[in-house]
Amino acid sequence: MSESPLAVRAPGSLKARAAARPVKSPMAPPTSFLWARRIFLTLLTGFVLIPVYVMISSSLKPLADVTGQFRWIPSGLTIRPYIDIWSTVPLARYFGNSLIVAGAATVSSVVIAVFAAYAVSRYNFRGKRVFTVTVLSTQMFPGILFLLPLFLIYVNIGQATGIALFGSRGGLILTYLTFSLPFSIWMLIGYFDSVPRDLDEAALVDGCGPLGALFRVVVPAAIPGIVAVAVYAFMTAWGEVLFASVMTNDATRTLAVGLQGYSTLNDVYWNQIMAASLVVSVPVVAGFLLLQRYLVAGLTAGAVK
Amino acid sequence: MTTTTAPTKEPVRGATPGAAREPRRRTGRIRRIGLPYLLLLPALLLELLVHLIPMVIGVVMSFKELTQIYISNWNTAPWAGFGNYKLSVDFDAPVGEALLHSFYVTVAFTLLSVGLCWLIGTAAAIFMQETFAGRGLLRALFLIPYALPVYAAVITWVFMFQHDNGLVNHVLHDQLHLTDKRSFWLIGDNSFYALLTVSVWKGWPFAFLIVMAGLQNIPKELYEAAALDGAGMLQQIRRITLPSLRAVNQVLILVLFLWTFNDFNTPYVLFGKAAPESADLISVHIYQASFVTWNFGTGSAMSVLLLLFLLVVTGVYLVLTSRGRRTSDV
Repeated sequence: MSESPLAVRAPGSLKARAAARPVKSPMAPPTSFLWARRIFLTLLTGFVLIPVYVMISSSLKPLADVTGQFRWIPSGLTIRPYIDIWSTVPLARYFGNSLIVAGAATVSSVVIAVFAAYAVSRYNFRGKRVFTVTVLSTQMFPGILFLLPLFLIYVNIGQATGIALFGSRGGLILTYLTFSLPFSIWMLIGYFDSVPRDLDEAALVDGCGPLGALFRVVVPAAIPGIVAVAVYAFMTAWGEVLFASVMTNDATRTLAVGLQGYSTLNDVYWNQIMAASLVVSVPVVAGFLLLQRYLVAGLTAGAVK
Repeated sequence: MTTTTAPTKEPVRGATPGAAREPRRRTGRIRRIGLPYLLLLPALLLELLVHLIPMVIGVVMSFKELTQIYISNWNTAPWAGFGNYKLSVDFDAPVGEALLHSFYVTVAFTLLSVGLCWLIGTAAAIFMQETFAGRGLLRALFLIPYALPVYAAVITWVFMFQHDNGLVNHVLHDQLHLTDKRSFWLIGDNSFYALLTVSVWKGWPFAFLIVMAGLQNIPKELYEAAALDGAGMLQQIRRITLPSLRAVNQVLILVLFLWTFNDFNTPYVLFGKAAPESADLISVHIYQASFVTWNFGTGSAMSVLLLLFLLVVTGVYLVLTSRGRRTSDV
């Protein structure tokens, strides 16, 4: 496989460069190790891929195949489920809502995390440690703990000011962006730390302000880390169920809740459910697999130090 | 960790004395000192709004008699003192007994799930440390469960666990004849194992990803030196790989533990609003206690107890695992 050109080009990220280089042992591994590897990886591949196969094959089956006994090989292939999913439930609307919510949450989360991580990475200030520890510890809170109060806060803000946060996409965006914020800040701090300070000091001497140095030097050098953080933020928002199930209504429902509409109907159209699951998964899985190199490089440079 | 306020990044401006320049210099200094706070402000405000203030309100709510009558005007709800807590931990009464049961289920589920995720993830990462044909493809395939949206992945498992038309019963009963009759997987005692399977399937790639990243930071000179000294494969793994991963594992296991313990999405999509007793995870239990019975006060008290438990466990874990290690700087 070819190594990611961008990860290697990132100036100063020596670690990323080392990470891109495959580790080779001078001694060839013994045969027993090779056999253990072969067996383990084969079993694991089966475990991982069987549900994926079920999803893909069932989405192409006629209804009779999914209501009767399970069949490994479909009796016939049809694309009917892919046409019907859009009319059984308003899937397009849910899709649009999810795109808006996850997209907006990702962009704002990344921008805010870049600012915060830059401050922590490049400045010494009072309260720095309190900030990092507090932000990280919010990761620990059970979502259920602040679901109830947040629900009440949004309802009360709505009644007091008329700004509809409860039931709106805005409220969901606000909530989701803070979910990915702690991890994003944490990872970007590590990433920014690996960008040599000489680079932004040179930019400051050349007359850039601190923000100029951030956007002209630090951010371009940390692109793999920023991409990784963006992927993480998007996946978090795209897959969240708990808050989506409480904080949305018919008009703002996202895929996470909307997809359950297929199984609450009287007849369970499993082929349509599988088709819809596949359709909503393709954007994230494709994006993730394309960008996973950045995620690994980002984790290597940032989180795992 | 230093907490001095002196920013050293900006070049020092010429200090020409003069009354006219005084205000401008002062704003310059304020801007220099204030800049990091300004950069942090958006993150801080949002964390306050969505995490910290709700947490404080949650603690306050747990001392209130907060039923649906008071939802829209919650500060008029009467105080309950420790009533909600007494109700939650009275293990002889139905509410407390159910909570305790849910807690035990969650602990058992979390330990098994985290252990298996870590084991599979670490084994896969070590087996794939060296390049071989198809390694890149395999790595991409292994990350699919992690990349899939939770609901899409879990709903596929719901289909596979169906009684009449699911894959699991087809394989176990129809093809391998291991069971006398088709089993129920999403109700009854089997639901615990169904939940565990889905959780491990979904969670191990994260451990794999982190351990893989951690392995790449081990200098290969260590392996070369060990190989020259005659250390075999297993010895290299035991003496070099695992000790080098210690810091990574410390964080990884804690994160996996907290995520699994607090997991709501998987059981909620797998079982719907009412989880079977043997797979009644605490998040869903509290959700039900709050939103199905509309009793927010008791639900909050349970959440606070859960948070206290997680705080204690995290604290003890960090103290125990950091012994003999230099405390890492954030």
